[in-house]
Amino acid sequence: MKFCVKAWSKGGGRAGVMQVGGCAIETPALLLTTRKGLPNFIPPDLLSSLPDPDSRLLQFSPLHFSEGISLKTISELGGLHQMLGLKEHVFAAVPRDSIISLPEYQSANKMGASFETPCGRLLIKPAQYMEMISSMKPNMWATLADEVPAWVSEKRNRASVDRTVRWLDECITSNVVTNTGGAVFGSIVGGSKIEERKRCAQEVAKRNVSGFCIGGFGLGESMDERPALLNAITESLPEEKPRQICGLGLPEEVLQGVAAGVDLFDSTYIYHLTLGGFALTFPLDDITKCCSGDQLCDDGTDGTKINLKATVYRKDTSPIKEGCKCYTCQNHTKAYINHLFNVHEMLAQILLEIHNTHHYLGFFHVVRETIKRGTFQEFRQNFVESRRDHIFAVALGA
Amino acid sequence: MTISSHNAYGSTIKGLTTSQLEEIGCQIILGNTYHLALRPTSELIDELGGLHKFMNWPRALLTDSGGFQMVSLLHLADITEKGVTFQSPVDGKPMLLTPEESIQIQNRIGADIIMALDDVVKTTITGPRIEEAMYRTLRWIDRCIAAHKRPHDQNLFGIVQGGLDPVLRDICVKGLVDRDLPGYAIGGLAGGEDKDSFWRVVAQCTAALPEDKPRYVMGVGYPLDIVVCSALGADMYDCVYPTRTARFGTALVPEGVLKLKHQAMAHDTRPIDQMCECMVCKNYSRAYIHCLVTKDAMGSQLLSYHNLFYMMKLSRDLHSSIVEGRFPEFVCKFLQKMFPEGDVPQWVCNAMEVAGIDISSCCSPFPSS
Repeated sequence: MKFCVKAWSKGGGRAGVMQVGGCAIETPALLLTTRKGLPNFIPPDLLSSLPDPDSRLLQFSPLHFSEGISLKTISELGGLHQMLGLKEHVFAAVPRDSIISLPEYQSANKMGASFETPCGRLLIKPAQYMEMISSMKPNMWATLADEVPAWVSEKRNRASVDRTVRWLDECITSNVVTNTGGAVFGSIVGGSKIEERKRCAQEVAKRNVSGFCIGGFGLGESMDERPALLNAITESLPEEKPRQICGLGLPEEVLQGVAAGVDLFDSTYIYHLTLGGFALTFPLDDITKCCSGDQLCDDGTDGTKINLKATVYRKDTSPIKEGCKCYTCQNHTKAYINHLFNVHEMLAQILLEIHNTHHYLGFFHVVRETIKRGTFQEFRQNFVESRRDHIFAVALGA
Repeated sequence: MTISSHNAYGSTIKGLTTSQLEEIGCQIILGNTYHLALRPTSELIDELGGLHKFMNWPRALLTDSGGFQMVSLLHLADITEKGVTFQSPVDGKPMLLTPEESIQIQNRIGADIIMALDDVVKTTITGPRIEEAMYRTLRWIDRCIAAHKRPHDQNLFGIVQGGLDPVLRDICVKGLVDRDLPGYAIGGLAGGEDKDSFWRVVAQCTAALPEDKPRYVMGVGYPLDIVVCSALGADMYDCVYPTRTARFGTALVPEGVLKLKHQAMAHDTRPIDQMCECMVCKNYSRAYIHCLVTKDAMGSQLLSYHNLFYMMKLSRDLHSSIVEGRFPEFVCKFLQKMFPEGDVPQWVCNAMEVAGIDISSCCSPFPSS
């Protein structure tokens, strides 16, 4: 894996390129969430209809394979790329996925991290984790971390940093690490305590890792306290290595991360939108001239997304978004998708996940462009304010 | 010519996109009139330009009459000369589906082939009800023909009824043929009757129906049934089996079925079917599908894809083997794979004999009882 920063923008954002698994991925980039390595709904043969190479970056949790298939069988199949028939894709392993692999800080102990999964509560030790990584052979993998929510005691928080650094060392010195071939991303925790975040980042930065995986966010800290924490971390990290983060899903949160110098983001946003029947519609071009408060969308939506389950779309023969090049918008209408939701057909989620993924990848593309052009700060401000204005205007109108 | 159509309950094949269906070679999809009339309603479909446009399916569509679902799904459905009376599942009001109404709904939906409303009874029933249903079906076909507003773009098929009684079936066939319809369906089967009775009814009907019109055996079925019916001269089939069985973790293979839920599958690194060229068999192992099946929707999606591909391939193979004059060889190979011990069921042997296909090479010399 090779990474280099190509452009910096006022307001902290940086654009770069990551060469990994035969792909040149431009950053800031989105890691698509998967379940057992495949998208939640999109069938593998339709993955190629998504933007390339943006959509090749897939995130998975090794814990998804805790039952149903053994590590031995995965190894026999040749690892994840072979098993999933996605040889040209890039897999990033992170134990936490915020959907079905949730850190459970109370059951974690000095031996290992604990996660709530569909297979029950699992305690994962570094050696075990490395066995998983070694058999799955992802292109990139985060070291095992003890992620704790924002409200834990200082003592517990300190312990999480100590453990995470110790497990990092165990992971990278484990005797299977040479089998993996993947790039190591050292995990950084520290909760919502600036000093602990700094301490952890500094310690991890000393290790021989290819990048950094910032954990412990999206676990109870407020959006307001986040920038200071993020900056404390990134200021302690070397510029030339990529920074990945978990738990920042919403566009506004991604923008916070970008401003602090983060390069790779996972997100459950697409998954939750899709489950709820929502399709993203916010404008992707010329966002710096976003609609102001008086230009309220007359369908009562917030201008960001629409809910395809709403009866107003029963006879709407237009695509979700005019001009959207995704498979769904090129082939189907809002009326059809509305009907699919009414009759509880899985195709509804498939079509929505395709559109939402396409759209969100488009958002990341715009972010990268504004960084290269030096207009990121302005773009971010406009984006956040226009969404706030809408909600305010709707509330006033209600 | 063999076409397998696939049931689309909610105007989609369980989890597959129209592009995937096109890719696997699906030529015609069946839309359930009963479900579509409930949601989103035939009026809405009509307003939006018909079902093809609504679901963006560029190939053929067929709708059934709505009668079968009513009788099988609704507890208080009752059949009178007027039509099928039932309780609306939406608000419990008494409603009536007449032949005229069924055709009007199907005219609005706009499928290429539409089915007459028939008086269908289960083959497991005996007595005068079967005769009553057969004659009523003939009276109703005239009402369907009269009500059909789009005979130039929609082909109305009649449905042969008559239970398992050859005399009744014969009367029905003659009655329908007299109306010179674009195609004919053999109905009232695939409802639990024994296989021996089943094939005999199909054989009788195909022998009596015109050579130059399609024969559609409704609700069939299992790959073996399709091979036998094709040997007997049928052309079209529909069945929920491939996708329904996929949702239970079962894959269709030349040997029969493969149950991906079984523990043994967890270590099996082979594809579902070594010879299958579908996306699923080219990329996935039994072990991976096993870990998905019953837990993740992707498991049923992948299995549905494979199962439909399998059925489409079967249709194509039947077609090309007939066209290329090697149908008996194809049938033998098919049976040999499915019954490697030679234990081909007696009903299949009997049917093949009547069809004039020599399958002695696949049957063991001393059939087990």
